[in-house]
Amino acid sequence: MGQLVEYLSYPFVRYAFIVGVLIALTSALLGVPLVLKRFSFIGDGLSHVAFGAMAVAAVLNVTNQMIIIFPITVAAAIILLKGSQNTKIKGDASLAMISVGALAIGYLLLNKFSTSTNISGDVCTTLFGSTSILTLNSFDVWICVIMSLVVLLLFFFCYHKIFSVTFDEDFARATGTRADGYNLLIAVITATVIVLAMKLVGSLLISALIIFPAISAMGVIKSFRGVLVLAAIFSVFSALIGMILSLLVSTPVGATIVSVNIVVFGLTRLYGLVRR
Amino acid sequence: MQLQCSDVSLGYEGKVIMEHLNFTVNQGDYLYIVGENGAGKSTLMKTILGLRSPLAGTISFSEGLQQTEIGYLPQQTLVQRDFPASVGEVVMSGLLNKRGIRPYYNKEEKKRVHQIMERLEILDLKKKCYRDLSGGQQQRVLLCRALCATEKMLLLDEPVAGLDPKITAQMYELIADLNGEGITVIMISHDMNAACLYAAHILHIAHRPLFFGTKEEYLNTEIGRAFTEVARQEGERTWDS
Repeated sequence: MGQLVEYLSYPFVRYAFIVGVLIALTSALLGVPLVLKRFSFIGDGLSHVAFGAMAVAAVLNVTNQMIIIFPITVAAAIILLKGSQNTKIKGDASLAMISVGALAIGYLLLNKFSTSTNISGDVCTTLFGSTSILTLNSFDVWICVIMSLVVLLLFFFCYHKIFSVTFDEDFARATGTRADGYNLLIAVITATVIVLAMKLVGSLLISALIIFPAISAMGVIKSFRGVLVLAAIFSVFSALIGMILSLLVSTPVGATIVSVNIVVFGLTRLYGLVRR
Repeated sequence: MQLQCSDVSLGYEGKVIMEHLNFTVNQGDYLYIVGENGAGKSTLMKTILGLRSPLAGTISFSEGLQQTEIGYLPQQTLVQRDFPASVGEVVMSGLLNKRGIRPYYNKEEKKRVHQIMERLEILDLKKKCYRDLSGGQQQRVLLCRALCATEKMLLLDEPVAGLDPKITAQMYELIADLNGEGITVIMISHDMNAACLYAAHILHIAHRPLFFGTKEEYLNTEIGRAFTEVARQEGERTWDS
């Protein structure tokens, strides 16, 4: 405990905790409609695209990688969303192509053109997250705070519309809700959260933050509002425990957070079995 | 006249599935849309709702009815069958279009939801989870949501699909009662027996408009007699098995 308090006296550790909690909160909220609409694969695909974009940024040697990663990932989100609505092209196949393609090209670029001396270390860091969570500056923290506020406000003001569009898109559109706009909004915000979350858990593990809390909450609670709240609680709890554990026993932070999420998921399943 | 379809062509992605469709619906009408599977019934309904645009022709609304004021009971999707939502949340979402940009529902709207749930006798289900309900209860909840969205016109896409005979009969009676209270009903159905019992008008389509008129006229046409006969025999066969 004393060790933990000592760690928390460093500003970069506090930054890491703030960003970790906010990302856990927003990804869990977004995860609920994504999972229910059978869109969770979009989160997975986007995280791979974000990796590819990061590789491009690294090769071009730009100082602020966000300038490249962010627009590419958002564009991919829009394309994936439109693609999944198009019945002519197999949605899952085109998604797999984009996501594996982005991984391959990303690694190729890094391997061939990167100026770094430790390429495999760089790749591992981007894919699975690492100490980069401890290199956040106050600018990163502010971006994260603003983004989280946007997501929270969206869910507060558009809660009923999000519910309606998630539950029954045809009905929502027939009664005059602009469902396409909401889908687009959700996809763009998901892309943003994924880009931010890359620093926390790495691009391969991001979809865990989106999917696990939502699924765990759905196993226990029977209303949409309840699922949103509980998913947020599960996710923030897992992120906190994961970060503390990784500090104390020095495990990789992303993998630890995801492992705690898996344990929570297991416990909710157990609860479901016992109650039945 | 609430709804008028003039020379409408339906289809998607450039493929025409029906042409030259003409019919009108007046306030308080009870119209059955019948036809084989894949004849374009659901596409027609989605076009009326504005979910698709007609390839040609016009669909117009009058007598104060807006396109977004139609209560719609869609066929259930797989997603909904395991959706974590309380009955109250589902029904409430029917009111969404009336609320504008205000983020939450006010007292009056909650009262209206309460009344409609009472009317459909599902008030005791309000806190229950939608996915735990029986098929008949789920349809009742979706009908309730449709009623929240409208005071004028209901569009029902096979509302009794998959329900057992007793629940089916109750559902038909309920819809007939609502129609008796002045709500226009347009229903897609395979059930010719019910159509004979409840419909005022029939629209029979099979990739082209075959018939539009009152039920009595329909039963006097050759196609009407043939179709009801087939439906009756099929009905007997299902009962026997």
